Order: sequence, then structure tokens, then C-alpha cells
Amino acid sequence: MIMRLGEFARSVGHTVKAPATIALLLAPQLAWAQAAATAAASAATDRLAVAPGGYVPMKPTEGIGMPVPGGIGLQTQFSPLGHYARWLHDGPLLWLSVIISALVLGLLLWVVVRYNRRANPVASKTSHNTVIEIIWTLVPVLILVGVAVPSIDLLAKQFKSPPAKTLTIKATGNQWFWTYSYPDNGGFEVVSNMLPDEEAVRRGEPAQLGADFRMVVPVGETIRMQVTGSDVIHAFAVPSLWFKIDGVPGRINEKTMFVEKPGVYYGQCSELCGARHGYMPIVVEALPRPQYNAWVLTQSGGKIDGAPEPAPAPAASGAAAPAAAASAVAPAAAPAASTTPAPKA
Amino acid sequence: MATTADHLQAHDDGHAHHDHDHKPGFFARWFMSTNHKDIGTLYLIFAVFAGVIGGAISGLMRLELAHPGIQYLGKIATFFGAVNPTFDQTLHTWNALISAHGLIMVFFMVMPAMIGGFGNWFVPLMIGAPDMAFPRMNNISFWLTFAGFCSLMASAFLPGGTGIGAGTGWTVYAPLSTSGSPGPSVDFAIFALHLAGAGSIMGAINFITTIFNMRAPGMTLHKMPLFVWSELVTAFLLLLSLPVLAAAITMLITDRNFGTTFFDQAGGGDPVLYQHLFWFFGHPEVYIMILPGFGMVSQIVSTFSKKPVFGYLGMAYAMVAIGVVGFVVWAHHMYTTGLSVNTKMYFTAATMVIAVPTGIKIFSWIATMWGGSLEFKSPLVWAMGMIFLFTVGGVTGVVLSNGGVDDVLHDTYYVVAHFHYVLSMGAVFSIFAGFYYWFPKMSGRMHSEFLAHVHFWLTFIGVNIIFFPQHFLGLQGMPRRIPDYTPAYEKWNALSTEWGYSIVGVGVIVFFLNIGWSLVAGKKAEGNYWGPHANTLEWTLSSPPPFHQYETLPVIDDKAHH
Ligand SMILES: [Cu+2]
Repeated sequence: MIMRLGEFARSVGHTVKAPATIALLLAPQLAWAQAAATAAASAATDRLAVAPGGYVPMKPTEGIGMPVPGGIGLQTQFSPLGHYARWLHDGPLLWLSVIISALVLGLLLWVVVRYNRRANPVASKTSHNTVIEIIWTLVPVLILVGVAVPSIDLLAKQFKSPPAKTLTIKATGNQWFWTYSYPDNGGFEVVSNMLPDEEAVRRGEPAQLGADFRMVVPVGETIRMQVTGSDVIHAFAVPSLWFKIDGVPGRINEKTMFVEKPGVYYGQCSELCGARHGYMPIVVEALPRPQYNAWVLTQSGGKIDGAPEPAPAPAASGAAAPAAAASAVAPAAAPAASTTPAPKA
Repeated sequence: MATTADHLQAHDDGHAHHDHDHKPGFFARWFMSTNHKDIGTLYLIFAVFAGVIGGAISGLMRLELAHPGIQYLGKIATFFGAVNPTFDQTLHTWNALISAHGLIMVFFMVMPAMIGGFGNWFVPLMIGAPDMAFPRMNNISFWLTFAGFCSLMASAFLPGGTGIGAGTGWTVYAPLSTSGSPGPSVDFAIFALHLAGAGSIMGAINFITTIFNMRAPGMTLHKMPLFVWSELVTAFLLLLSLPVLAAAITMLITDRNFGTTFFDQAGGGDPVLYQHLFWFFGHPEVYIMILPGFGMVSQIVSTFSKKPVFGYLGMAYAMVAIGVVGFVVWAHHMYTTGLSVNTKMYFTAATMVIAVPTGIKIFSWIATMWGGSLEFKSPLVWAMGMIFLFTVGGVTGVVLSNGGVDDVLHDTYYVVAHFHYVLSMGAVFSIFAGFYYWFPKMSGRMHSEFLAHVHFWLTFIGVNIIFFPQHFLGLQGMPRRIPDYTPAYEKWNALSTEWGYSIVGVGVIVFFLNIGWSLVAGKKAEGNYWGPHANTLEWTLSSPPPFHQYETLPVIDDKAHH
């Protein structure tokens, strides 16, 4: 029953997102607002649902959430701000780059053709032209002001505070693996090491990018990522989610993450951190809330974020025992949990 | 002013022969030199030597990156002294290679060539001065740089934590460079920067003093050739930024060896503080590496267009503006360290501002050629290549200046492509432009224009094949500083190595053939071999200029000399 409710919410979510994708091409800000609204709606309905069947690691989709062989552009984006930022890059910034480079190349070629020694035996003596100097100072200023507007707007949106009840996940960079802890789900920790190439390929994951355990996150809701480092500086980066922030020892950097679609999204440590810097991939698996909750319950000490005490007995077999164990082991989490059922958003 | 020409080494020691000049013997001339031209030559030879090593290292890196998997690093680790290296030790060698490549190219190739080499040679000649203001300090500047290079070379063979060599990157970020890298290697690498930095600070003092005090009568600041302007601005950037680097890396040394915790959070320090200090130096440093190139390109474009530089004052003050604004944009290298939203907005806006004076320079060069009567001698061809490639690197810089967009591009190959377009192409193309412009002036022998053009085309095609596809890799998310990658990135990496690097490599061979040929069989260069439109003061002298020039100071008349 719970399961069906979740399914319903998701199908509603998808139909709302279809026009949103079209609108995206015209006005990414609009899409951003819409997707956020959709997310809020679905998050409110099925936060506590638990899907039956426990957790089976999702097979990645070729070319989604990972680089494409021979690809020349940005990875396909799966977050609202990713769409906006990608629009800023592929639209204004890329075209500006191409046009300015082409303009300079064109002028150089023209000068070669028109003002070579044979075509123009006598050089002019012009060395000043105030008007043109003012023009090539002011026009770039205006262009840059034009670029600055969306880029400052993007920054403002990226730093928008998440709602108070946002799920928090903490990623810690270590030499040379990641640990993910889930303070809102009972505080369990996932240790994530890179898979050897043959094992990654056997599991249908891209070599160098697969990890033995993934950072599983709920889809369609804002996640508060906290990133730190335990030894040296690392950086937590997932290109298809437009996400990168350093994990600095002694600091906790916070940044919101939002995944629109269930899937597997790959990234890599992006700050030089010693010998195996290239060997600490990041694998984010985004699942709908019921499946996410089911995964949480497979973790030792995992409990459902916001579940009232005692935890509701989920319909799924197998998952019940860990859930009960979780509330027994972590009674300290109870007061926080009791305030949670209040309506979100 | 005349007293500055009294060289202690200029006494007759009986070894000076086969020249009417008054030259000391070989050892005194080259190891105790106080002559700006000889020191400039030493710097240039040193820069070529360091460039060959740095370039060879990049060859090893490209070789390893051509295909997925680790193929050559084990052998390289063994070469540097690792015995039966473990996988981690093998991978550490990769980090040692990228660090050495960056440090060598920045501190021991581009800077010595642009400032120590061409600056030493031509600033005094262009302003009508008999020598630099402090000839002995000039000498020690060079030998400190050389000692720094020796220290860096030593670090490559010493234990550096996980493996042999300093694997910290050229940025030497703490705590990887402190608690993360025990062993003497990183100390030697940091000390290399101390030595080279001290040399550069002395060089900067020397240039500023020389330019302010030793200009020929009548040469006001606003009549100085733009190359001299560029070296003046560069010297100020060095003088103001290098002490900050020196402080930062001294704190690294004390954190490493003497129990301080400037950058260690456990003792109340902050790893990010190091990055602020480093980039407060590091961002001016990128202009230090390109401004003298701007100056050379201005001289060359004017000479071969047979026109004065367009918008001389705008060009000079654009460099001043770049220098000033260059000091207030450093944190755009740190967008992902956890800066606040206001900080990111400020640095985004401030960084974009630099595009304006840079645009003025690009457009003024084109306007100088506009209406000119262009002669496509090799220096002009290299300069035009620089103008285009620097523009490409500039526009990707505007892309990267966006703090919000940088969330996906930071520390990827897009950044690698960007800074190689501005440095490996902007700076290096202007070095070669300057080299072919002045090589006959310095050596007295003409080079082969044909080989210089072949060298240009091979390099131009090669560097574009190496670096343009790296934009694609970066957009697709490939992180920099990794020795292995997922197979999706193979196509562009293979192209970059197998075609790009090979073509550039052939170009380098052509370059050396050209130098060798010209020294052996090149025809004697006249004083002004580029004709009457090369009209700065160095062209009034013979090629090579006399050991001591301007014994009677030239007088600059009212007609501007730029
Ligand atoms: Cu790392």
C-alpha cells in the first residue's frame, strides 16, 4: 500500500518534469523552481515508505552519470542547478568564447591578406584613434556585465540554504577511500573503496570509476552534503550533478545536492591527495525514498529518517530486524525523530 | 650613472684576446659575471636546459596517459631510485613527475627566459644604459636560481613520503606537503623555491632601480619601449608577491620540521590559509610569466608592421592595470575550498575585470598591424600565433572565472587546457618570437628563417592537438593530476600523446638544428638586420653588441621612440 503511494507520487513527479524539461531550454530558472516544487511535494508524501525486497545495487546506464567515450561536452546533468549552470556554459559562455576567438582569428587572417607587404607596400602612420579605443574598452565591459548577471545569479542559487529538515550526509576523504556517514539515519558509516578494473567491468561499471560500496541518496529532494578530509585535502566531485567541494581537514564544507532521477552517478577525488589520488572514485546511487529507506535498513544501525519511535514495522520482511535494532542501539536519536512528522516545506 | 659601468671584473687579466673588447677569461667571464648580456645569456642557456628537462618529463607523462592502465611509471620509479616499487610507490612517481614539470616550467624555464634572459639582455640596451644598476647582485640572482634548480633536482631522487620525489604538485598544498609527505624530498623542493625566489626578488630590485635611474637622457617613462614597461610591471609584481610565497613556504618548512602548526588544524592552524598565501603570490605569478611576452609581442608586431605601436599609452597602462587587478583575484583558484557566497561573487566579478585590459592589448596589436605593411619574418609569425592562442586561453579564463561554473570545471583537464593555452602557448610562443627576433643580435649570427617557420608550424599544430582536446576531457569530467583514467577518456588522450606531443617534439629538434646551424654556418648579422623599422636602441648597436655599450650615452630626441 505504502509502496503504491510512492509509485504514484513518482509518476506524478515524472509528468510534471516532462514540461519542465521543455521549459528548461527557454528559461532554466523556471525549470529550477518547478523541479524544486515537485521535489517538495513528493518528499512530503513518501519520506517514511519502505520498498520491499531490501537493496540490490542498481546497474548503471551506459553514458549516464559517467563520461561518454570521445565525448566533447559537459556530462548530461541531473540536477536543477546543473541544468541552469550547463545552460550558462553551453549558451552564453561557450558562444562568447567561440565568437571572440573567431573574431580575433578573422581579424588576424584579414590583416595577413590585406596588409601584407605586397598588398600594402606603404604602411600608414596611424597610432591613435580615441573612439575605437573607447569602443574596445566599453563593449567588453558591457558584455562582461551581461555575463556576470546569470553567473552571480547561479552563485546565489547554489548557496540558497536548504530547509531545516534536509537530510544530511557527510562525506570524508581519506587516503585513499571515501567514508559516508548518515547522521539522520542512525549515524551508520559506509566505507567506499575503488573496485579493481576487472571486478568493475564484471559488475557492469566503468573501470576506474566503480566502488565496492556506494553513497546511496534519496532522489528528488535536497540533500545537505557535508564534506571533510581526515588526513589531507580531498575533493568530492560528481560532474553530472554539478557538484564539487573540497574535503579539508579540520573544516566541514557544506553544499546542497539534488538528484532529479534515480540512477548511478560517478565522480572522482578532485584534489591531489597523494599516491592513489586517481584511485578514489565517488559513486552516488540515487533511489526513490522507499528504496532509499530500504537500503538504510540494510545498514547496521540504520533507521529511517523521521520515523516516529518505535519505528513502524515495515511490510518488507528482512528489513524489520535491522530497523528495530537501530532504534534500540541509538535511543539518543529519539527526541529528534519525534519532532519530525510535522509537515515539511 | 657612469659609475655603474665600472665593473670590477673588467680589468685586464691577460686572457682577453681575439676581440677588441675588454673581456675577462672564461671562468671569470661566465662564473663571476657582472655583465648583463653575459648573465642574460647564462639565463637563456639555463632556461633552454631546464625547458628540455621539463619537456622530457611532460613526454613521460603523455606517454603514460596515452592509454588506460599503468604502463611506464614502474620503470620511471626505478630510474629515480625506487627498488622494486610497490603500486603506491609507483603511483607516487606520477605525482613527483607532475610536480617537477610544473615547478621547472614556471620557475626555471619561463621566468629565467623572460626576465633573467631577455630582460637582462634588452632592458639596459633599450633604455640606453651601460649595464644593470647592481651588476654583482645580478650575478648572484642567476646563481641562486641555478642553486634552486639543483635543489629541485636533488629532491627528485630523495624519499618523499610514499615514494621517491616530491609528490605535492607545484602548488605544494598543506597538509599533503607537511604531514602528508615525510622525508627530505619536499624540504629540498621547498628550498628550491626559496633560492629561486630570493634570486627573483633581487632581480626585481635590480630591474626597478635600473629602469627608474638609468634611462638615457631624454627617455621619459612615456617614451620607454613597451618591452621595458612590461619588465617594469613584472618586476613590481615579483617584488610584491614573492615575499608572500617565501613566508608561506617558510611556514611549510617550520610546520614540517619544527613543530609549528600554521597549516595544521590540530594545532589551531588552517590548511586553507596556505592556499590564500600561495595564490596571493600564484596569481600575480601567472602575469609575471606572460607580461614580458606582451612586451616582446608589442615590439615585434610594430617592427614587422613598419608602424608604431597602436595606442602606446593604453598598452602601457593596460599592463599596469593587469598587474594591479592581478593582486585582487587570487581566490578564483580556490572556488571549491568552501568560500562564502559573497567571496565567490566578488572574486567572480573581479576576475572578469581582467578581461578588459587584456582585450585592449589584443585589439591594439591587431590595430598596430592594421594598415601596416607586414613582413612575415619568423618573429612576427610566432607573435601572431601567440595573439590567437592567448585569446583562446583568455576566453576559457572568462569561463573559469565563473565561481558557479567552476564547480564542475575546477581541477579538471579544462583547467589544464586553459593554462597551457596561456602559458605553454602564450608565454612560450612569445619566448620563441623574442628568441628569433633577438637571437642574431645576441649571437651575431643569422638563424635560418626557413627552419624558424618550420619550427613555428610544427609547434602551432602540435600544441593545438595536445591541448585543444583537453577542453573536451575537462568538460567530460576528467580530473587533472591522475595517472590512469576510465576508458571513456582514451580517445583524446591518445590523440594528445601520439600526434600532438610527437609533432611538437619534431619541432623542438628543428629548433635545436636551427641554433646549431646558425652558430656553425649562419651568416654574420648586421647591427640592424630587421631594417629601419626596428627602431629601439638595441638596433643602433652592432650584433653582438660590444662587451660594454653606450660609453657615450645616447640621447633621445623629442620624437617618441616606441
Ligand atoms: Cu583524494
